[in-house]
Amino acid sequence: MADLEQFRAETRAWLEANCPAEMRLPIARDADVCWGGRGVQFTGEAQKTWLERMGAKGWTVPEWPKAYGGGGLTKDEAKVLGSEMRRIKARSPLSSFGIWMLGPALLKYGNEEQKLEHLPKIARGEIRWCQGYSEPGAGSDLASLRTSAEDKGDHYLVNGQKVWTSYADKADWIFCLVRTDPAAAKHLGISFLLFDMASPGVSTSPIKLISGASPFCQTFFDDVKVPKNNLMGEAGKGWDIAKYLLTHEREMIGDTEMGGRDSVSDIARKTLGLENAILSDTGLRTDVVRHEINAWAFALTMERVKDEAKAGQGVGALSSMLKYFGTELNKDRQQLLMSIAGSDGLTWAGKTEGEGDLARGWLRSRANSIEGGTSEINLNIIAKRVLELPGA
Amino acid sequence: MALVLTDDQKMIRDSADGFFKTEAPVAQHRKLRDDHDATGFDRGTWAKMAEMGFAGVLVPEEHGGAGFGHVAAGLIMEAIGRNLSAAPMLSTAVLGTTALVTGGTPEQQAKYLPLIAEGKRLFALAADEASRHSPAQVATTATPSGNGFKLNGTKGFVLDGHVADTLIVAARTAGETSDKDGITLFLVDAKSAGISTERRSLIDSRNAARVTFEDVQVDGADVLGEVGGGFAILEKMLDAGRACLAAEMLGVSSESFTRTIDYLKQREQFGQKIGSFQALQHRAAHLFCEVELARSATLRSLVALDEKDERASLFASLAKAKSGEVAKLATNEGVQMHGGIGMTDDFDIGFYMKRARAAQETFGDVAFQGDRLARMMGY
Repeated sequence: MADLEQFRAETRAWLEANCPAEMRLPIARDADVCWGGRGVQFTGEAQKTWLERMGAKGWTVPEWPKAYGGGGLTKDEAKVLGSEMRRIKARSPLSSFGIWMLGPALLKYGNEEQKLEHLPKIARGEIRWCQGYSEPGAGSDLASLRTSAEDKGDHYLVNGQKVWTSYADKADWIFCLVRTDPAAAKHLGISFLLFDMASPGVSTSPIKLISGASPFCQTFFDDVKVPKNNLMGEAGKGWDIAKYLLTHEREMIGDTEMGGRDSVSDIARKTLGLENAILSDTGLRTDVVRHEINAWAFALTMERVKDEAKAGQGVGALSSMLKYFGTELNKDRQQLLMSIAGSDGLTWAGKTEGEGDLARGWLRSRANSIEGGTSEINLNIIAKRVLELPGA
Repeated sequence: MALVLTDDQKMIRDSADGFFKTEAPVAQHRKLRDDHDATGFDRGTWAKMAEMGFAGVLVPEEHGGAGFGHVAAGLIMEAIGRNLSAAPMLSTAVLGTTALVTGGTPEQQAKYLPLIAEGKRLFALAADEASRHSPAQVATTATPSGNGFKLNGTKGFVLDGHVADTLIVAARTAGETSDKDGITLFLVDAKSAGISTERRSLIDSRNAARVTFEDVQVDGADVLGEVGGGFAILEKMLDAGRACLAAEMLGVSSESFTRTIDYLKQREQFGQKIGSFQALQHRAAHLFCEVELARSATLRSLVALDEKDERASLFASLAKAKSGEVAKLATNEGVQMHGGIGMTDDFDIGFYMKRARAAQETFGDVAFQGDRLARMMGY
């Protein structure tokens, strides 16, 4: 414990000296979130410096091994780093599908050459990744995907179409599920390929959503040549990697929806005001408190799952539970915030920047229970793997 | 403290599970009901619970108890919930002990706590007067008389009041009916002149008495805590009770859920197990998540009591609210998914719904806890 306290003191001092003041302000616009990549456009010198300094220390990925560009920290040290960053309200230096999704899968399934090639660039934010999973005919039934990768000796020839590829138009590389064996059973003919989005034959087209934003794309592959050594894991074993990665994604979606935001009751109090020490709108007050009870019980469940994992008591197949409940809770929150805002919440555009954000946030949240496995798919998984119900 | 059980706590959980499953299973609950048992629980079982250290789970070691703490008490209550075991665990081991530990003089503690641990003295809290839980609403009066007080009034929901040896009575020594100040707690011998007790059997076959006090003379030495300052002690008792009821309801939920899942795997209709129908699978999977949430909130509330966390009241209300809501869902779904057989008295699943209903009402339901929580959070 003494070592940990020393680590805390050193970390605190380093952060004080190295985190630019601008990077301690709340995130106000989308551009304030840094995604890195070849085409990165920093909002200013502070954002660039912050990424470079954290990347050099490996603290963008504190628990990855140093050999792969990580910080080599223990779980406890990483927790300290996180709490010290929160203490000074430091922004995350880098948001990245490479960190959240591909990295853990690469560490588990990638060969040494692939780890050395890709992980450090993810850690330093040099390469931005996107995920090629869903297809027009393969949504919830993901394993029915049809994008083909034909074995041409030294390379695969990739043809097909992906959809809901987040930020494909801004990504440098893609990790992609492809069918390498059309004759095999549907889960067994799938492989996991990594390739450069700048390869000839790759094109993207953004999809406009109900929120007005276009974070997702359609991605087309037309005779894209992918070197054989870009295959991760074994040919035909891609589904195992896909599931492993989805587990991480679900935990992440469940987790990030919760942390570091004003509570619904704080917002309600500020917006609606109090009367005789209770919320002036007593009908909404009931909804707010029911939401907060669930939000709190959920946060405690996240905490318990982590504590149990640390104590070696795996609760098993819980990512589906966290994803399901976390996203439903976030949708409930966004709906409540709309109710609290009343007619003001309906604003789509006004004189000042930021008007309409609430409505857009609400509309965006509707996707939470669809992306990364719908609520229904996650309930199926719980029914099958945890409850072992028949025929599921 | 992390939200995981220690090795010692796991041992207590396992021994409690084993104990109630063999010594006080649902069959015992059914028999007590069918026999219209005068006590409402089995005194032999209670004596064994004392031997196991359950009765004295919260009694400090220097007073002959096990001093295991609230997490352990919760684990015992959870096992009680799973087996629907009738025992004066809540009224005596939790409320009685908490009252004495929190507000008792050294003399009162030395007199009563060892008897609680030995299972030789039963307590009952005589506080509620309104049918909707509202602990400050005390119209029962205590007026100075001789070297003590005279009690007058009626208490409506005195759990185990028909068998209690000592009543812990909340009476008003000052203030208006709903004031928190001016409430005083008294330790009153249940056989005192002027006390009349009317036993009421409840839907869950437990008992709550209506107790009337008519010029009941109590001694100054029987005041628990400060005159006029009883509400703070009462709140501590109720919070321990709420957290332990949350744990009991967690046991009710998880057992009702387990039995229902088993049934879904056995019952066939349309030529297949009904558990293969997605309409039931999704509800079962949702319920699984809800039970896990109730477990987290409950454990947190018990840890908070052990750590004397300043937010212990907050967590007690959170746990009582969440576990109560989940128990309602779990037992309603239990009966519904069992179909017609779930409506029969022969089948046990209905017992769980009845116990859940009564436990939810006890010391405040979801609406009460939600309001209390919101006020504590400043809205």
